[in-house]
Amino acid sequence: MHAITYDSPKSLAQALSLLATAGEKARVLAGGTDLIIQMRAGVRKPEQIVDLKAIAELQMIAFSPQDGLRLGAAVCCARITEDAVIKQHYPGLVEGAALIGSDQIQSRCSVGGNVCNGSPAADTTPALIALGAQCVISSARGTRTVPVEQMVTAPGRTVLQPDEILVEFRIAAPQGHSSDCYQRFIPRNEMDIAVVGVGAAVTVEGGKFTAVRIGLGAVAATPLLAKAAGDSLVGKSVSAESIAAAAVLAQQIATPITDMRGTAEYRKHLVGVLTRRVVTEAAARAKAK
Amino acid sequence: MSGKVQVEMALNGEATEFLCEPRQSLLEVLRDVLGFTGSKEGCLTGDCGACSVVLDGRLVCSCLVLGPEAQGKAVETVEGMAKGNTLHPLQQKFLEHAALQCGICTPGFLVAAKVLLEKNPNPTEHEVRYALAGNLCRCTGYDKIVRAVLDAATVMQGR
Repeated sequence: MHAITYDSPKSLAQALSLLATAGEKARVLAGGTDLIIQMRAGVRKPEQIVDLKAIAELQMIAFSPQDGLRLGAAVCCARITEDAVIKQHYPGLVEGAALIGSDQIQSRCSVGGNVCNGSPAADTTPALIALGAQCVISSARGTRTVPVEQMVTAPGRTVLQPDEILVEFRIAAPQGHSSDCYQRFIPRNEMDIAVVGVGAAVTVEGGKFTAVRIGLGAVAATPLLAKAAGDSLVGKSVSAESIAAAAVLAQQIATPITDMRGTAEYRKHLVGVLTRRVVTEAAARAKAK
Repeated sequence: MSGKVQVEMALNGEATEFLCEPRQSLLEVLRDVLGFTGSKEGCLTGDCGACSVVLDGRLVCSCLVLGPEAQGKAVETVEGMAKGNTLHPLQQKFLEHAALQCGICTPGFLVAAKVLLEKNPNPTEHEVRYALAGNLCRCTGYDKIVRAVLDAATVMQGR
């Protein structure tokens, strides 16, 4: 690996100041499960590493029925999968987080890193899209909030400017009979990258959907919000027919490529299968509440 | 621009200081700076688990940790498992079950299995296989490793 400097600021203000000075020479480090590999391969060559793990805001897990979940961007996935409150309210997010790599990787990898690495196949991003997560981004110039489906602009690229840090995700508290689900398809049982991943978050009242959001992964250059598919279910009965019709709409926005993990045609088929499965499961979980 | 930095950590319970370049991984520090060669270098991409160590109670790939990240942390390696000449029950059972051939993956499996049994003292075979999915072995076919871990769990529970 090329030579670097390393800083571990204890406050967000210190980190933002370091980035304001260093600009594109710096890159922030959370778990390092993507970044360190990319640096070793020469894909990314930052001169300065700013480790965010000692900053309290980036390690926060806080839930209240009023404000919902505040999830620090550097919280490792192991903490998420161990957290009883997140499991109860956002099981789909936990399903996404639990699928990333081995126990060794879970100890380090973060949801913030999963989004900021910018992979179209990131497992937590479709779950976050389904939940309507908002990304709180800070720089020395101020703070802005971006919906998670707008974070990734191309494979490996995000809306983040060189002086900005993704600090936390904000996710609304589930209202009434609400729940979520994330599933991916891989050709083996564990330790693989999604061929297709789909997340859904639903609210059900009196046997009908009142709100549905569906997120798709690995079927376009960026993770997608399948807005028309979700909206089509609002006001409809929870039935195999309504869900199958929504799955067709989700398939229509998928523009997958053919690669070693699967053909475009196969991926498109899987979008339909997984959309049906996750909406059905999320609705069953919501009804059980 | 990249002078060495001084890092202090607890290594297998002993206060340890070292100097490293920031680009050096914890694995490089353990092996090349401190002479703790139990942790092995396999893939350098976090896939094989041969470099597994425990960092502040969590199992990690030391190839994906920068040396300076260990500042103030507790690091446990395979060298900390035996007490003097007494092997850890997992080490003893790996020997009895012949759960190793070339041995490169073994330290990582031992450390990962130790973390598993501390969290879950009585795992099922499925749980053992799942917990060790981040460790690759190209010799044994895993069966003997899984049996050794299950047997060690029995011994450690005094059954």
